[in-house]
Amino acid sequence: MRYVRPETAEEAADLLGREEGVSRILAGGTDVLVQLKSGLVEPDLIVDIKRIAGMRDITPEAGGFRIGAAVSGAMLGEHAGVKALWPGVVEGFELIGSTQVQGRATMAGNLCNGSPAGDAVPGLVAAAAVARIQGPGGTRDCPVAEIPVGPGRTALGKGEFITSILLPARPAGSGDAYLRFIPRTEMDIAVASAAVSLTLGAGGRVAAARVALGAVAPTVRLVEAAADCLIGTGLGEEALAALAAACSAACSPIDDKRGTIAFRSQVAGVLARRAAAIAHQRAGRTS
Amino acid sequence: MALDSSSKRVFKVVGTRPPRPDGVDKVTGRALYGADVSAPGMLVGRILRSPHAHARIRAIDTTAAEALPGVKAVVTARDFARLEGDKIIDMGEDRTSLRDVRDNCLARDKALYDGHAVAAVAALTPEIARAALKLIAVDYEILPHVIDVDAAMRPEAPVVLAGRAHENVPGGMSPNVTNHCEFGHGDLEAGFAQADRIVERSFTTAATHQGYIEPHACLASVTGDGRADLWCCTQGQYNVRDICAELMGMQASQLRVTASEIGGGFGGKTVVFIEPVALLLARKSGRPVKIVMSREEVFRATGPTVSASIDVRIGMARDGRITAGEAVLRYSGGAFPCETVDMGAQAAFACYDLRAVRTLGWNVLTNRPKEAAYRAPGAPQAIYAVESVVDELCQGFGLDPLEVRLRNAARKGTKSSYGPTFEAIGLEATLEAAKAHPHYSAPLGPGQGRGLSAGFWFNFGGNTSVSLSVNTDGTVGITEGNPDIGGSRASISLMAAEELGIPYERVRATIADTSSLGHNDVTDGSRVTFAVGLATIKAARDAKQKMCARAARIWGIDEEAVLWEDGAAKPSGPNAGDFPPMTLAEIAAVSFKTGGPIAGHNEAHADGAGVSFGVHICDVEVDRETGATKVLRYTVIQDAGKAVHPDYVEGQMQGGAVQGIGWALNEEYIYGEDGRLQNAGFLDYRVPVASDLPQIDTVILEIPNPGHPYGVRGVGETPIVPPLAALSNAVSRAIGHRMTRLPMSPPRVLEAINAGR
Repeated sequence: MRYVRPETAEEAADLLGREEGVSRILAGGTDVLVQLKSGLVEPDLIVDIKRIAGMRDITPEAGGFRIGAAVSGAMLGEHAGVKALWPGVVEGFELIGSTQVQGRATMAGNLCNGSPAGDAVPGLVAAAAVARIQGPGGTRDCPVAEIPVGPGRTALGKGEFITSILLPARPAGSGDAYLRFIPRTEMDIAVASAAVSLTLGAGGRVAAARVALGAVAPTVRLVEAAADCLIGTGLGEEALAALAAACSAACSPIDDKRGTIAFRSQVAGVLARRAAAIAHQRAGRTS
Repeated sequence: MALDSSSKRVFKVVGTRPPRPDGVDKVTGRALYGADVSAPGMLVGRILRSPHAHARIRAIDTTAAEALPGVKAVVTARDFARLEGDKIIDMGEDRTSLRDVRDNCLARDKALYDGHAVAAVAALTPEIARAALKLIAVDYEILPHVIDVDAAMRPEAPVVLAGRAHENVPGGMSPNVTNHCEFGHGDLEAGFAQADRIVERSFTTAATHQGYIEPHACLASVTGDGRADLWCCTQGQYNVRDICAELMGMQASQLRVTASEIGGGFGGKTVVFIEPVALLLARKSGRPVKIVMSREEVFRATGPTVSASIDVRIGMARDGRITAGEAVLRYSGGAFPCETVDMGAQAAFACYDLRAVRTLGWNVLTNRPKEAAYRAPGAPQAIYAVESVVDELCQGFGLDPLEVRLRNAARKGTKSSYGPTFEAIGLEATLEAAKAHPHYSAPLGPGQGRGLSAGFWFNFGGNTSVSLSVNTDGTVGITEGNPDIGGSRASISLMAAEELGIPYERVRATIADTSSLGHNDVTDGSRVTFAVGLATIKAARDAKQKMCARAARIWGIDEEAVLWEDGAAKPSGPNAGDFPPMTLAEIAAVSFKTGGPIAGHNEAHADGAGVSFGVHICDVEVDRETGATKVLRYTVIQDAGKAVHPDYVEGQMQGGAVQGIGWALNEEYIYGEDGRLQNAGFLDYRVPVASDLPQIDTVILEIPNPGHPYGVRGVGETPIVPPLAALSNAVSRAIGHRMTRLPMSPPRVLEAINAGR
């Protein structure tokens, strides 16, 4: 196994693109190192991207923020600007692991791990976040929602890796929230999760909304039918019940050791409803 | 010694709370655990495990692994010494078959569960060892498997092991049924005829793991002249020595076993898994070999508790009197026979004074890892089922569950459901204390429920050796042979200080290796503070007698004319002579001139451990939309006999409650259709984390055990018994539906809520 620590994104993409064996990208390492130690993967090449310029920066951009691929949960959690603009994204990311893990874990890593249960991902999808990707041929932008394509699989091509994620600007009167269900209170993995982002318009009615569900399908799922239940409403009981029903209907989970199909589908709706209420409250505060 | 003095005795040191003697080492990382010992030239040992739940091993080809550079030894079951038949090893509270231990350490003809060890390698590095395991070719013939205890009892079930049934198992049953037991007395049908209401329910509980933080680890070294040393993490180094010596064909005297500091045991480290394998590898390679289990190996291949299926039928009169109780218990201790169901069948109704009671127990083989003891083995499951049905009857009659338990409580003179007549016991006092506790009368909010359960454990004494040396500077060293899993070094030191009349700080207790002290039974059965404490008190009395003799010699008077009081030898009265008292330090300082070193010792089999009872009260709130249970308040009330070091007693009570809460709510071994364990790690095997729990409140009662000079009873096991029913009763009351299956994980609770909508 070779370990390399390139200085530029181009160099990293070149190394990854030319590697004929198994390669892994190392940022926080909270997934990769566990996989290595358990013998799940035996990579030929490890490319550490932490030293590449900008990887650990949080930069204001067009009213939003660009988050470097190696920014840890602890760094993001201490950034007042991001927390004020996208509290739901930050709270989802901060649920991952322990304090120690938060010192290293990254959002981009959580996204690229490809788990439908990743806690950072539904919030990013609801936020319509955009990933910037470096490949051997140059850079491209891709909506976060389109990165995961199946459990453990992403839309990234040979040699490609994420260098940053853009959390976009949003109007006043916006709020977002993320909730997950775990059997414990921490140190666990989502059995079902929901992120809701919404913007209030005239008369306190919902002008725009995005709803994303986690752990209830092969990938984190953007549920437009659920968002439609909110848009134009004042988030009354009826709208919230419709939201829950739409979310439950959108689930296609599996029965496994963590939960049943029926449980996940029912609870995803409950979580979406509760998250919408929190997002609504937050939106009211910023309007 | 006057045993009745215990209730009136005023203690000076016992009952205080000095800082724990192992605390600084543990928080600074100095403590040496099983994996912390190393030796020059040491090799890394690794174990190959069956990926199949049940498979015949047709052949194992190790030639490619042996040929890999850096591999120094490969072993299989064929490397063990030949056993002439079987041999039953007496482990004190428990007994085990040597053949089963051997076949569990390395599978012989069949792999009996996912994770069963089949071969092992010793290599220069972990990487080489891992590569070598991949080169071992095992020719498996996959056999049908059975995981569920009820399924395994059916006549058509796959047979795990044939020919293992005890004589009292009726013919025609599946060969998987190995043990049968029956306890009880009275006319059951007459009792049920007197009942105004009879409730009959069936329950299941999942296998749960002890969840100790430290994985099993050991270092073995075998010399060319047949001597061996073994350092390991264990609850009983003498038992490890006896088993390993037999399996290696060695004399016990030639194998020295040293117990490391221990990172949790709870019963799970009373047996051997890797130690005989490390010895085989060390002998074959000629070099020291260290084996450290991974967490996955701990879950797949060390002992969880039994899984259980239980039917309970109880009749109650309108006034709350229980007229009859009956239980049938089906336990599976995995792929080898075990007797845990006997303890469950004895414990099931132990809290009650019943005229008609009967329990039947069956042990059944399944393709699961061999059960190991886990805190009060067998009792939590049985008492969960009984206490659930009692709670349902209380609800049905609108009776207070504490009043009903008081009305039926076992007391002094009660003929217990398992035979013996109880001596002085603390159940009534414990129930009264629960009734008086503010928790029991605190109001509940909507969606909340309160559950209550009593619990019981036998406790054990057993074989014990203690040596106590009086140092010339007036300090005292105690050598004892039981690894400290629950504060025993502190408790033993406190009892020695009390008896000798010296400050606690002058005493240090050390745990000896097997060559340095006579035999000690395993640290189990809540025996150590009781039995080793008893032996320590007797060893101290032995030393006191010798110190009195030294004083008599110095003073030139008869030994009989000297007594020990307040930490000093004194003339017994005016007629004996007028000499100022000589303290322990003064006598010790001149000991070399008065006859040589002074030491006391005691070797005995301790009886009279004294049974223990506890009552737990639990408040929960259930989220009716997700099925999640939050424990809001929890109170443990228990009779400790005498709390030698109350901090540790409270810690035992809290720790047992926490493990029971985990068992009740989320912990379970989950198997796939293929018979493989799906949650071999702490992510999906969910023990509670700190944020899941409220502060566990404790109330210690002290009803002295007549069998101990200070009144001590074991306290470590009883607290895991009541939580299962306390939680289940609380959840059942909160959601208005009787829960009968553990764990009450959120999907199961939500399903029950949905069914009632």
